[in-house]
Amino acid sequence: MSFVYFIFIPMIAALLIPFLYKKVCGIHTGWFVLVIPVVLFGLYTTLLSNVQHGESVTSSFEWIPSLNISFVSYIDGLSLLFSLLITGIGALVVLYSIYYLDKTREQLHNFYVYLMLFMTAMLGVVQSDHLISLYFFWELTSISSFLLIGYWYKRDRSRFGALKSMMITVFGGLMMLGGFVLLSIMGDTYSIRELIAIAPELANHEWFVWSLILVLLGAFTKSAQFPFYIWLPDAMEAPTPVSAYLHSATMVKAGLYLVARFTPIFASSEWWIWLVTGIGLLTLFWGSFFALKQTDLKGILAFSTVSQLGLIMSLLGAGAISFHTGIEDNSIFKYAAFAAIFHLVNHATFKGCLFMIAGIIDHETGTRDIRKLGGLMSIMPITFTIAMIGSFSMAGLPPFNGFLSKEMFLTGMLSIPDFDFFAFDTWGILFPIIAWIASVFTFVYSFYFVFRTFTGTYKPDFLPKKAHEAPFGMLISPAILGLLVVAIFFIPNIIADILIKPAVAAIQPYLYSSPEEIDIHVSAWHGWASPELWMTIGIIVIGFLLYWTLSKWQPMFEKIPKWFSLNRIYDKLMDLSETGTHRFSSLYMTGYMRSYLIYMFTAIVVLTISTVFIKDAFDISFAMLAPIHLYELVIVLVLVAGTITVLTAKSRLTSIIALGSVGYSVALFFVIFNAPDLALTQLVIETVSVALFLLAFYHLPKLNRHENRMKFRLGNALVAFGVGAMVTIVALSAHSNKLVRSISSYYEDTVYSEAGGGNIVNVILVDYRGFDTLFEITVLALASLGIIGMIKLRLSKKKEVNRNENK
Amino acid sequence: MKTNDVILQTTTKVIFFIIILFSIHIFFAGHYAPGGGFVGGLLTSSGIVLLLLAFDLKTVSTMLPINYTVMVAIGLLIALGTAAGSIFFNVPFFTHAFEYFTLPLLGKQSLHTAALFDAGVYLVVVGVTMTIIQSIGEDE
Repeated sequence: MSFVYFIFIPMIAALLIPFLYKKVCGIHTGWFVLVIPVVLFGLYTTLLSNVQHGESVTSSFEWIPSLNISFVSYIDGLSLLFSLLITGIGALVVLYSIYYLDKTREQLHNFYVYLMLFMTAMLGVVQSDHLISLYFFWELTSISSFLLIGYWYKRDRSRFGALKSMMITVFGGLMMLGGFVLLSIMGDTYSIRELIAIAPELANHEWFVWSLILVLLGAFTKSAQFPFYIWLPDAMEAPTPVSAYLHSATMVKAGLYLVARFTPIFASSEWWIWLVTGIGLLTLFWGSFFALKQTDLKGILAFSTVSQLGLIMSLLGAGAISFHTGIEDNSIFKYAAFAAIFHLVNHATFKGCLFMIAGIIDHETGTRDIRKLGGLMSIMPITFTIAMIGSFSMAGLPPFNGFLSKEMFLTGMLSIPDFDFFAFDTWGILFPIIAWIASVFTFVYSFYFVFRTFTGTYKPDFLPKKAHEAPFGMLISPAILGLLVVAIFFIPNIIADILIKPAVAAIQPYLYSSPEEIDIHVSAWHGWASPELWMTIGIIVIGFLLYWTLSKWQPMFEKIPKWFSLNRIYDKLMDLSETGTHRFSSLYMTGYMRSYLIYMFTAIVVLTISTVFIKDAFDISFAMLAPIHLYELVIVLVLVAGTITVLTAKSRLTSIIALGSVGYSVALFFVIFNAPDLALTQLVIETVSVALFLLAFYHLPKLNRHENRMKFRLGNALVAFGVGAMVTIVALSAHSNKLVRSISSYYEDTVYSEAGGGNIVNVILVDYRGFDTLFEITVLALASLGIIGMIKLRLSKKKEVNRNENK
Repeated sequence: MKTNDVILQTTTKVIFFIIILFSIHIFFAGHYAPGGGFVGGLLTSSGIVLLLLAFDLKTVSTMLPINYTVMVAIGLLIALGTAAGSIFFNVPFFTHAFEYFTLPLLGKQSLHTAALFDAGVYLVVVGVTMTIIQSIGEDE
């Protein structure tokens, strides 16, 4: 089967959704949409057995063959895992949204069109083997998530959140494109598989680190890593199904996918390991710490998502260390990639479930503010059970799947200081400490989320609606996810064999050639001697104490000064770019023609003169000069006198007359230099233009008509002098460097024989180069039409007349 | 006060024809001696301007009932047509042809399609100049 076409199924479905929405009003549109992810999920499960044995499925169709660009769907363990997550959770989210979004009040066709577009985009991202089509789908995720976040476009906060996420993820996407282009130039291929095959050669290339950093920027912005996580909390303005789908299970994992996919290429670099692990841990800590500051349920979940993504990111970084340690060395780093994928799956299950719970609480009580909620346990028992399962898994407690992956995470972080290159043996000691502290905070906010909402006293006065249990249909999806959370804890090794090992084999192809070789066994019990156990116990004890005293120290967050926030920096940056560019453009766009002329002339002078001197083209030779006659000298003096008079005359009339004299002396020059046609034309034209000048002079407004000498401005004088000097220099140099002979002798020889004429000038005008003349007379015609238009068609005057008549 | 420009008007009546003759001469001589369509056209319109100065716009437009905008268009058409005509004889655009003939009264003369093109230029120049001067003159 050609799996590349299946990517586009949701997009094609998106075309049909509006018709269904308009024609079939009785049934919620979501039911039709639900078919698509379910069918796709079924299709992808058929590939499980292939992938389990290390096979991969490739199909492609050509897009722009001449540029070597095509859509290639390459399904190996990693792509399949993600495809299953996208379609599986997609199906659950669609089911949930059917009950969440009201058929009559919401614009469902928009919602499902955006959602299906997003699904195509995500499937494309995870299955593309071609860098350019990967980028294409990557931007499609940015755009469709922008549309989804701004779904309630009449709310200010929605539009702000959508714009912010767009700005940040598109910034990252463009950086990533740069990285891709560098990669494709270095490797001379667009295929990721081929790049992986030649990865050792790439590592020595001078652009290697650049492409690495650019690709990471793309991954970090999309996956909401520090400091780019700021868009994610603001994206919580989206409808809750969108948050559950995009901001927990799929889009934010696109960055993780990217890191995992490019690990075989970049793992050899110290930069990669440090950046991915370090930023991941920093994000983990930062997100978990600030989650406690939030009072909005979805806000807590947003920060928790940020922190969990940091966790997975740091594990992927640690997994890259195995490139250096090798498979024989029984080091823990080869487990890190496994732990990363395992936690990724676990996170998708419990976070999707928790978001849906938050949506249910919002839907049934009318608020998401944790200060107004409380005591819902007895009112919403099923919701409470599912929420508890999700939160305990998030906190890393047994018997839930989060426990297993959290244990593996701690193992991974504990062994980082053992790694003795790239200075990990000294600084690496910080890693497990930060990881442990972050886990404590994770524990605290998980408890904070579930117990503040469901236990305590019920406050009906604060709630906009009377709280009651959610409808059955809305509970199905979170219940399925909650069941998965528990099930994965009990059968982790089956999940590992089917899903996770093939994905790990795709991330670490330098270790394993097929998934069967991976000898990792997940166990819930490490024995008393293992440090992980004691760390977990420590997390539970300290976390419990911290949660108990939460009300004592939570106000501390209020004391953090307002300026200490990345949102503040983002806002300032946006503000600055707007006001800054505005100020900058109003600085030089003065609106005065004078300033623009000065810019232009200065630029011309500087460019020309510097070019002449840099290229060493300045040259004066007097070899080819003709002798100067007395009458030429006299006319030059008249001309100069006329020009000076134009500049210094007090009255404009004098200037016009002086200009006329300049024109007539030019005509005299034509006479002297044997150009009778030019002389004739110049005389007539000069007369006409002086007459027109006089006309304009006569019609000057009477008010400001003081006769003033032109003001002297040093800047203008300098620019004018510069232009004069430039023209002189260029003319002298050009005259001294005549490189080619003039072609005028040809005209002299053929004017009678070929063209049947005697006046060379006129024959050139009408015969040799008649084309120019044709368009010059066209210019004249246009000028006359323009004058007619300006004088005769005065719309503003007409309008005034009409307005007066109306009165 | 009504001024009496009888001298101006009378001399204009004489000089106008001299100017027109001169401009026609300059136009036709263009191919062999200084002159051509451009200067010829300017001189013709200067003759008409002299009429305008001596009489007024209305009188001149009854004397010479010409729509100068149409004149510009005709001039452009003639110029373009001359240039395009060569296509029909399977030679490149803008190829002129000429031949010598012996004409009655004038003797041996060359007839040249370039002269047609120049006529187009002439008409355009007259039309443009007159359009500009007329529309400025009519403006209040």
